[in-house]
Amino acid sequence: MENGRQKQYFLRKIKNRIFLLAVFSCALIAVLPLLFVLGHVLVKGLGAINLDFFLHLPTPVGEAGGGMGNAIIGTLILIMLACSIGLPIGILGGIWLAQFGEGKRGFLIRYSADVLAGIPTIVIGMFAYALIVIRMGRFSALAGGFALGLIMIPTIVRTTEEMIKMVPRSLYEAGLALGIPGWKVTLRVIFRTAWSGIFTGIMLAVARIAGETAPLIFTAFNTPYWSFQLDQPMASMTVTIYNYAISPFDDWHAKAWAGSLVLIFAVLGITLLVRKFSKQVQYG
Amino acid sequence: MRKTGDAWFNLVTFLFALSIPLLLLLLVAILIGQALPAIKIFGAGFIISSSWDPVKETFGALPYIYGTLVSSLIALAIAVPLGLGAALYLAEVSRSRYKEYLAVMIELLAAIPSIIYGLWGIFVLGPLFGLSMLSGGVILAIMILPTISAISREVFRSVPNILKESALALGATRWETVKLAVFGPARSGILGAIILGLGRALGETMAVTMVIGNRPEISASIFAPAYTLASVIANEFAEASSDVYLSALVELGIILLLITMIVNGLARLLIWKTVGKSNIF
Repeated sequence: MENGRQKQYFLRKIKNRIFLLAVFSCALIAVLPLLFVLGHVLVKGLGAINLDFFLHLPTPVGEAGGGMGNAIIGTLILIMLACSIGLPIGILGGIWLAQFGEGKRGFLIRYSADVLAGIPTIVIGMFAYALIVIRMGRFSALAGGFALGLIMIPTIVRTTEEMIKMVPRSLYEAGLALGIPGWKVTLRVIFRTAWSGIFTGIMLAVARIAGETAPLIFTAFNTPYWSFQLDQPMASMTVTIYNYAISPFDDWHAKAWAGSLVLIFAVLGITLLVRKFSKQVQYG
Repeated sequence: MRKTGDAWFNLVTFLFALSIPLLLLLLVAILIGQALPAIKIFGAGFIISSSWDPVKETFGALPYIYGTLVSSLIALAIAVPLGLGAALYLAEVSRSRYKEYLAVMIELLAAIPSIIYGLWGIFVLGPLFGLSMLSGGVILAIMILPTISAISREVFRSVPNILKESALALGATRWETVKLAVFGPARSGILGAIILGLGRALGETMAVTMVIGNRPEISASIFAPAYTLASVIANEFAEASSDVYLSALVELGIILLLITMIVNGLARLLIWKTVGKSNIF
């Protein structure tokens, strides 16, 4: 009897040990991919990075040197285009949701933003293609920027609404009591108070679209030249990396790694900085 | 005067907010419009046919639907145990000061662009597993791991401490506490996290395209190349030469859209039930 009880106790202890070991190993294994990917990109990418990489155009196969200057500029332009669509809709929409969005209309808009967030980005690319590329008759930076802008909207709406709702109601009322019109209080006081949080959301959204490839391959497309015209195809870092990665040439592979290194530093850098300055947890 | 200012402000912000559902509506309408020719020609046979021949203009979606579902299921088979285990460690077991760093490192996986996973996959997973369904599944597993672990961690944390403490007070071990007091209330939230991970995996494009081998065949072996809905769109959309071809590709996009919308909707319901509506899509 006594022996049996001890045996049972022992078994429970063993089971518990196995459980603790298992979850600990899971946590360790879950970190490994980050280290592997970062390490690999760092090792392969560092060798191919130099000043030319940032300043020069891509060279044809076999020709030494060259870089991704046009793609870096292109990605920046595409991000600005995306912001010019995503920010007004996201921020003003978020303000409306926070202040007036209690009823059915608010639910509809919130729900739409959620659905939009779940749409695969390649499908958003198809939408931009059908809406803009077919009508214009050619690939263009505008179509790419539009697709990226749509992808930004859900994140911006959500953070704007949450940040504005976090500002104490008494601040709004204090403004009204001073005789300031409600809309002015919202813009001059409430929005400014919430701005640092909203900015966090914007930066996270920018980091995300900077790494998007799928919505660009048949909207902004790609070009090996400097491109500044918005109604023409535009190079981006991601699409250039993609083209280099699936090519059979070692020199191009090296450039793909170098491009990845620059991209990963920018994206993880923004994400980490933003995290440091905000305690809000974001899943994205 | 003051009233009109407020009314205008309300109106303008409302119009911007309203543009979100309108854009969504426009997206669905335009895609359906583009897919209409293919829907008319192939009808319901599109979903069960596995012939994809742009020259003869016969199109069927089955191999792509199969590839999308199977690669995502492989991803779940790997990422669910790992993600839940890591979340349990971070939420219930670890008392280490450094566990926050561990959590951030896992969540950073979500910030790495898909194209970089693809590049890494070509040169690291390719030699290991070939360009195959398995490589696609593994790369997807890495990409959805942070989603599953971050949300289920939140779900585990939302289980009232009083339940865990009661179990411990009765002399339960850690494992028994988790089994008795945590899994029960967390069940639907965990399911939501898993299904949300599934939604991410289904729609993921670039990384999978680069490692799955891109061959529209239904093979029983996970070491054989396969093809997904998102991948075939990425590869063929820009060069679709005829209207029917383009239309068939858009119809693939609509199928993908439908699957992900249903999956995401389900996930959202389940997560709302446990954690509440803030913070999580």
